[in-house]
Amino acid sequence: MVSVGSTDQVLADEARLGDYIALLKPRVMSLVVFTAAVGMAMAPANQHPFLALIALACIAVGAGASGALNMWYDADIDAVMSRTANRPVPRGRIKPHDALAFGVTLSAFSVAFLGLVANWLAAGLLAFTIFFYVVIYTMWLKRFTPQNIVIGGAAGAFPPMVGWAAMTGQVGLDAWIMFAIIFMWTPPHFWALALYKTGDYAAAGIPMLPNVAGSRVTRTHILVYSVLLAIVSLAPLATGLAGWLYGAVAVGMGIPMIVLAAKLSRQPEGAPMKRTARRLFVLSLFYLFAVFGALLADRVLTLNIGIL
Amino acid sequence: MTDTPQPSIEPGEAANTARRRRSIAIGIVLAVLVATFYAVTIFKMGPAILDRPL
Repeated sequence: MVSVGSTDQVLADEARLGDYIALLKPRVMSLVVFTAAVGMAMAPANQHPFLALIALACIAVGAGASGALNMWYDADIDAVMSRTANRPVPRGRIKPHDALAFGVTLSAFSVAFLGLVANWLAAGLLAFTIFFYVVIYTMWLKRFTPQNIVIGGAAGAFPPMVGWAAMTGQVGLDAWIMFAIIFMWTPPHFWALALYKTGDYAAAGIPMLPNVAGSRVTRTHILVYSVLLAIVSLAPLATGLAGWLYGAVAVGMGIPMIVLAAKLSRQPEGAPMKRTARRLFVLSLFYLFAVFGALLADRVLTLNIGIL
Repeated sequence: MTDTPQPSIEPGEAANTARRRRSIAIGIVLAVLVATFYAVTIFKMGPAILDRPL
């Protein structure tokens, strides 16, 4: 055997542990864990806390698995977008077939384990969520229609419903309400991002609404969905899922969301408009955390302390 | 036909470190899984699972 010497230049590109963690999209995963945990907390059923924790971990791993499969399939377009060019697959640190194997293995494991720990309805919903995100959104809608994130948003909206199903073994109206809040939240959130990253999406050939229909139409859509989001966010009050504390937060977040979306819709093209889009993107992140946090706080204070 | 020596690639320090860390992580994940399976079995079926006749 003839050695050609040390090849750290070649093998330094070998996958590090952090690359596999990056494949799981930890930031998206944190949002999934949070909304699924709220779904579990709101459910009218008691599970052993340890089993509930393991069920939540299964949902988290399932979300991470779908992130890995998304990165496997989207490596070509990730490579040309500044936001995603550093991901492990386009950088060459993880080979596409390794990302695929990682994602498939974790998907199968998370679904099977959730079925054994909680129930098979929750497992089936988790499997459908992974399928919806990877096949319906990533492989089909994302590259095909400017309504990609509207329909694809369902994938991100399922986690609280999976959490609810894991606790109760069924899916009630309140689980659908939490689904609807995230479903309505997704378009203004991602279109605000697309407005100030238009060039990235155009370079990658992704038909985001600003590239296809133009900035003004997108901003009108953002306003419409922001109003719908604010209205849907009041539904937990109507069904008794949450009380006045939640209502105050929902109104307190809904009004600035609508005001900022209205301002964005009226602004002329240019840098100030893009700054407003960025502010709306950040505000929408706070919105989801605040509204779901308020659901949780409302439930904790009502059940455990009896304040509300 | 003669056996021609094939050039090999010797992993360097950085590659070895990356591999070692991945191996440690896999070991930790497997250990956590074993503990989790055990705990889930007990919590799902109760301590009586240990009393059943073999």
